[in-house]
This record gives sequence, structure tokens and C-alpha cells, in this order.
Amino acid sequence: MTFAVVLISIGVAALLGMVMRNRWRIKLLLGISVLAVYAFQPLLPVRGLDFWLPTATLALVSLTWIITSPPENRTWLKNFPALLSLFSIVLVLGLTRYLGISLYLTASNPPQTIYIIIGLAAIALIALLLMHFSKPNKALLIGASVFIILLFVILKVPQLSTIISGLLRSMNHQSTSLTLSQDLRWLGFSYIAFRLLHTIRDRLSGRLPVVSLTEYMVYVIFFPALTAGPIDRIERFVGDLRRPLALTSDDIGESGKRLLFGLFKKFAIADLLAMVALNATNALQVHSAGWAWVLLYAFALQIYFDFSGYTDIAIGLGRLLGISLPENFNAPYLKPNLTQFWNNWHMTLTQWFRAYFFNPVTRVLRSGKKSLPIPVIIFFTQLATMVLIGLWHGVTLNFVAWGMWHGLGLFVHNRWSELTRAHFTALSSRWQSVLNVGGLLLTFNFVALGWVFFALPNLTISINYLRVLFGLA
Amino acid sequence: MNLIFLRNVFLKGLGLFLVVDLIFIAVNPASLGKLSLYNHLFIGRQRFPFGEDSSQSYNLSLFNLDAMFASHVIANGIKPIDEYRVIVIGDSSIWGTLLRPEETLSGQMNAAGLSLCGKKMRVYNLGYPTISLTKDLMVLDYAMRYQPDLIIWSVTLEAFPADNQLSSPIVANNAARLGNLIVRYSLPLNQNDSALMHPSFWDDTLIGQRRALADLLRLQIYGVLWSATGVDQIYPADYQHTQTDFNTDVSYHNMQPPKMGDSKLAFTEIDAGLRIAGKTSLILINEPMLISTGRNSDLRYNFLYPRWVYDQWREMMAVRAEAGGWKYLDLWNIVPAGEFTNSAIHLTPSGEALLVGWVEQFTLQQSCP
Repeated sequence: MTFAVVLISIGVAALLGMVMRNRWRIKLLLGISVLAVYAFQPLLPVRGLDFWLPTATLALVSLTWIITSPPENRTWLKNFPALLSLFSIVLVLGLTRYLGISLYLTASNPPQTIYIIIGLAAIALIALLLMHFSKPNKALLIGASVFIILLFVILKVPQLSTIISGLLRSMNHQSTSLTLSQDLRWLGFSYIAFRLLHTIRDRLSGRLPVVSLTEYMVYVIFFPALTAGPIDRIERFVGDLRRPLALTSDDIGESGKRLLFGLFKKFAIADLLAMVALNATNALQVHSAGWAWVLLYAFALQIYFDFSGYTDIAIGLGRLLGISLPENFNAPYLKPNLTQFWNNWHMTLTQWFRAYFFNPVTRVLRSGKKSLPIPVIIFFTQLATMVLIGLWHGVTLNFVAWGMWHGLGLFVHNRWSELTRAHFTALSSRWQSVLNVGGLLLTFNFVALGWVFFALPNLTISINYLRVLFGLA
Repeated sequence: MNLIFLRNVFLKGLGLFLVVDLIFIAVNPASLGKLSLYNHLFIGRQRFPFGEDSSQSYNLSLFNLDAMFASHVIANGIKPIDEYRVIVIGDSSIWGTLLRPEETLSGQMNAAGLSLCGKKMRVYNLGYPTISLTKDLMVLDYAMRYQPDLIIWSVTLEAFPADNQLSSPIVANNAARLGNLIVRYSLPLNQNDSALMHPSFWDDTLIGQRRALADLLRLQIYGVLWSATGVDQIYPADYQHTQTDFNTDVSYHNMQPPKMGDSKLAFTEIDAGLRIAGKTSLILINEPMLISTGRNSDLRYNFLYPRWVYDQWREMMAVRAEAGGWKYLDLWNIVPAGEFTNSAIHLTPSGEALLVGWVEQFTLQQSCP
């Protein structure tokens, strides 16, 4: 997101915070968040796609709500206003193509109205069929999860997204020679998918609260958290949403502080560091180990300030709107070991994986007839979890390597702390402090070395860069 | 919602901003350019900062002469006792468009490891990629504080037309510095020319200076990548070669054959340069240029110059050099056509080596004090 977009978001949130009355609050949040789904979507070279992808987001969220809601909650009367709002907003956005001026609400001129009407009618038909003939059963929910994961894989595997982009270009009578995997940049889909999977999984386990379509939609596409999280839990989010909004000066002060910190972190520190941070070009140009470390440290700090800056902005915006979004970072680079690092880095993502992958898999492995040794279980679950977190960023060998680096690191730390815990707890506090500082430096450098795989596009360049770092190139 | 609280926050913020702004204006924002991480944390640049695509060239163009010199290796500490300091000023051919720092005239002369007057010769590239004698004069005037033993000033006819003198952005954005030169050396230039930027009070505020401040900051940040990679411009694998076929137009800066008026050329700037150099030796070079054999090359040497105007200018230079006792080296035709890159004055590394041979020979003939 650009500085201007963030400033506009702050302005909108401040205005909403001031004028929102409880009766209209959720409706206004729905309207603004739907507009944001379109306005934040970047321009795409495939004709009309930057309109259809946001529309697909709304459709996907609506359909997921239908299959996760008990039939008595899906009544027409109760949800008609939300459906009408969604269809009206999409249609009105589509009609802006006739204004002859850009309102900056869509990345490019929307498609012809007739196609939008056909698209909306198709979505409405699927929704009606699902509402009338489906109940939240296990097969349907698992099928929906698989569908979302498939979509995710298509978007994250460059070869697959290139094929799909080529098909879309052919359908649009556009040149396929220019096809790129980046043609399918679906704004916020990674976060949207995880929120949807969270609600489907909670429906399967019977923990999902009953929410209206409006509440569900606002939860998934809440505009401050649309592009970069955090990934909130629906029961917590809806609790805030239903609480009467009464902004106090404390709220405004806290929100202002987070917004200022966030803007400074993102646009002053991170953007400056980005100028010198490790990338595919300078990795091949750097000529000494010392400077190679400088570029790597710059990347390590840039990614932290960029991401935590966005989180601060999201939390600050949320606070203005009466939503207390969860923290995502808690000084991760100041932690003395890798386990604590991961407990404080992108916390909502790691909590998600812990809840929906690590814990269930560990339980299954432990409860088997022939229970595996604990170290083997830890090794497998930590490695698999971290590889999955890597793949969440993109399906490439480098992200697998990054995940494995951290998975192995977590396993080694786990075993090390098991072996040495008794010995270290007996040390004096002074020695504990010395060890903590040593652990902090070791952890930071371990994480920084892992960023080599994250920042560079392939294993050849990454390994060569590691050789430069250690003076072996 | 507590509106009084909001009002107080706004008023305090505004007050603080105004105080900081006044302090900023009082310390003279332009002088901030002297603060530099180059030559301290980062190695000094081999040539002035200049570039358009910063993300690839790790370089950028800015108009703050203090910052440009502070980032240059010439500003690295005091001059060593055993150094014979040579500065080279001129346009993009001296700065080295498409050449790596070590391939430029100064880079190749340094690599030769020459000595003069019992001292090791160190050559500093102070070229800057715009063509204007007034720009060169401004650079020379500033560079004299670095105590050169020899000045090499590379010129071409295109730097002489009066209408080119203020068109260089670095000249236009240093009106006060230029005004000082106009007064000191009676240059035939108008201090109130509309091409010159005269900053107002508002231009000196934090808001007015935001771009200049951002440029200063970016220059410092790019010091990391300059030090780490040695890259300071984009070296494309392929580029458009200089034009060798021409139309029949033989006009030059509103001048028509058969006679060019020397009143329209900035010879006063050359005289001023010699006065600035004072007792320091100054070698003036007419830099090599492409002599095309393409279509209409009987009318034009290259896309810059019709033959009639260039020949007359060379004659004028020779006469003035003779009369004024200049150390003048006319190297206009020493480089074959195949050794030019994307312009009629930009040389390949081997073309540059030919130039270096001549310049080295002439430089080593200089008498010692």
C-alpha cells in the first residue's frame, strides 16, 4: 500500500470513528471494507481481472458463510440487507465505467455492466442453491477447505498461475506471450484464505459462533487488516464488533501512537532500508563478506519494520473503529532463542498453524497405537509446520529451504534446552544475562541467515550468497 | 469523544513543527550537504553522484554541490604530502557514461601509477554529465579548496554557446553560487535569468526542502551499495549507438553558415577558469569526437556539429590559445569512429585508452614548481 492509500485509510477510519453510531456501525464497516477490496486491488494486465478478483473475494466469503452457518441463521429476512448492499456496491462500482473519470475505486475501468450482471446472477444462483439445499455437513466443509487450498496453491505456484493467466488472456483475446505468474496478484488472498479456513475448521469442531453475513463479511475483509493481517479469530473480532462503540481520548491517543509508529516504521525506516536490503540484483554484485552481511542485516531489519509497521497501522486503524486487532510482533529480534523468536514473530500466523496443524498432528502422532519417540514427533511436526509456513509465502524451493532452516533450528533448540535446562537454571542471574545476550545474537544471526533463502529467488544464488557471507566465494 | 484533547494535541503538534522549522531555516538547510557518511563510513565515490534509476545505479542526481563534493573521494582527509593531485573537469565524457570508474580517463591514469615532480600522481574525476562551461567553472571554483597541482579541463564546442550556459540543472539550482562567479569574473550572464532558481523563504522551510533533504538522505543510504558493489551507474548489455547518418541541416544554435560569431560563445568562462586556477597549471583539452562517414557526413561531423561551425571554433581556440599562452591540447580526431558508444563524445574503454596516452604524455611534460 502506498503512503497516500494509508493516509486515506486513516482519514476514512477517523471519520467513521467520529460519525459511526452503533446502529449504522457494522453497515458502514461493511460498505467501506467492500470498497477497499476493490480500491486496494493492484492493476493487473489481464483485462477486467482487477475487478473480477475482488468480486470473487466477496463471492467466496459469502458462499463460505452460507456453508458454515446453521440453516436457521441463513434466513432471507435477516441477511437480505447485507446481500442487497453487496450487490448494489458491486453494480454501482461497475457503472462507474460510464462516468468517464476515475474515482480510484477500481484499479482499471470496470468490465461491461452486462457481464457484471451475469456474474452477479451466477453468484446469486450458487448462493441460493447452497442456501436451500445444503446443511453444514462435514463433506461439504472439507470440500470447501480443499477448494480454498487449491486456489491458494494455484496462486502460489508460479507455473500454475502462469497457465491460468495464459488461459485468461486467451479468453480475453490478449497476447499470451506476455503471460507472467504475477498476473494473478489477488490482493489479500493469503489472509482471506486463512480466515475462511479458520471458520470452516471451527465449524467442523463446533466452535464457530453464530454470526450474520454482515458480521462474517466484515471479519474476513475488515479493511485495516485486509492486505497484511493480523489474522484475528472470529469470536474475538465479532465480540468487539457487537460491543457499543464509545471512542475515548485514550482510544484516540493509543490509535494515534500506533499509527505514527506504523507510518514511521514502514515509510521512513523500512523504505529506506529497502534501498540497500539484499535482493536478487545486489546479491550478484556484492564483492566482500563484510558488506554482504550489511545487506543481509538491512533485509532482516527491513522486513521486520515493514511488516510490523503495517501491523501497527492496522491496529491503529482498528482501534479508531472500535476493533482491538491482535498483536503480530513483540520485539522478535530481541529474543534469546528461536522458539521465543517464533512466539513473537508474525504471531497470528504461527498461532494459526499451531492451532490447526501443529497441535492436531502432534496429537495424532502421540495417540497412535505405536507411539513414536517424542524427539521424532517434535522433529516431524516442527519441520512440517515450518515448511508449510514457508509454502504459505510462495510455493518455491527457496521457501521450502527457509522453512526447513527454521524447522531444524527449532528442533535443535528444543533438544538443546531439554538437555541443558537443569544446568542453566542453576546459573547465577549474571551468567543468565550473559547467556541471554549470546542467545539473542545467535538467534538474530540464525534468523538473518534464513532470510537469504527468503530474499533470493533460487537456491543457486542463495547458496552462492552464503558462500560470500563466509568468505568462501 | 474529547474534542478539547484533540484540539490540544493538534495545537501542540503544530507549535512543535513551527519551532523545528524555524530552527531548520536558521541553520541554513543547504549547508547540510557538508555532512556526509562518505569517506567515513563508506568509501568516497570515484565520480560525482549522478543517475536516474537509483534502484539499479545506486546513484542519483542532486544539486547540492557541498553534498556532491562531500561524497567524492577527493574530500577524504587532507592532501597527502607525497601526492601530485590532478583534477579533471568536464562533461559526461570525463564523468564516464557507460564506463566503470576504472575505465574513465582518470581511472586509467591512476592505474598507470604515474609520478610527477617526485610525487605519486593521483587523478580525481570531477566531470559532471551536462555540457556547460559555466557548470565546469562552478565545479572548478569549488575544487580549488582541495589544492590541485594540475587541472585538466576537457571541453567541446557544445559547452560554449551562450544559451547552454544556464541550462545545466546544477547551474540553474545554484543561483547564489553562480551570482558570486558572475560578480568575481564579470561573466556575461544575467543573475536574474528566468532559468535560475532563486529560493524564497518558503523554499528554505522543511516542506520546501523536503525533496532536497530526501535526496541527501538517499545519497547517504546509497553509500552502502556503492561501497558494497562498486556500481554507480547502469551498464546495459546493449544500447543505441550514436547516430552516423544525418540530414542536411547545418544550423547550429541559431547560427547559420558561413560565419559563426564568437560573441555567442562563452570564451569569458575559459578566461575565468584560468584566473580561478591562478598559479596552478591548467591544461585545456578539446576532447575527441566522432567523425562520421555516414550520410551527409560531408556537411556534419556528427549529430552535434556541422563541419563549418566546428572548424571555425577550432581555429578560434587555436588562435586564443596561442595568444593567451594556454596549455592547449587539440585531440578532436585522435579516436576512430568505432570507439564511440552512445554519443559523439562518449568513448569505449579502448577509445579512452587512446585519449589517456595523449593526455599522459602531455601531463608528464609539465614543469615542476
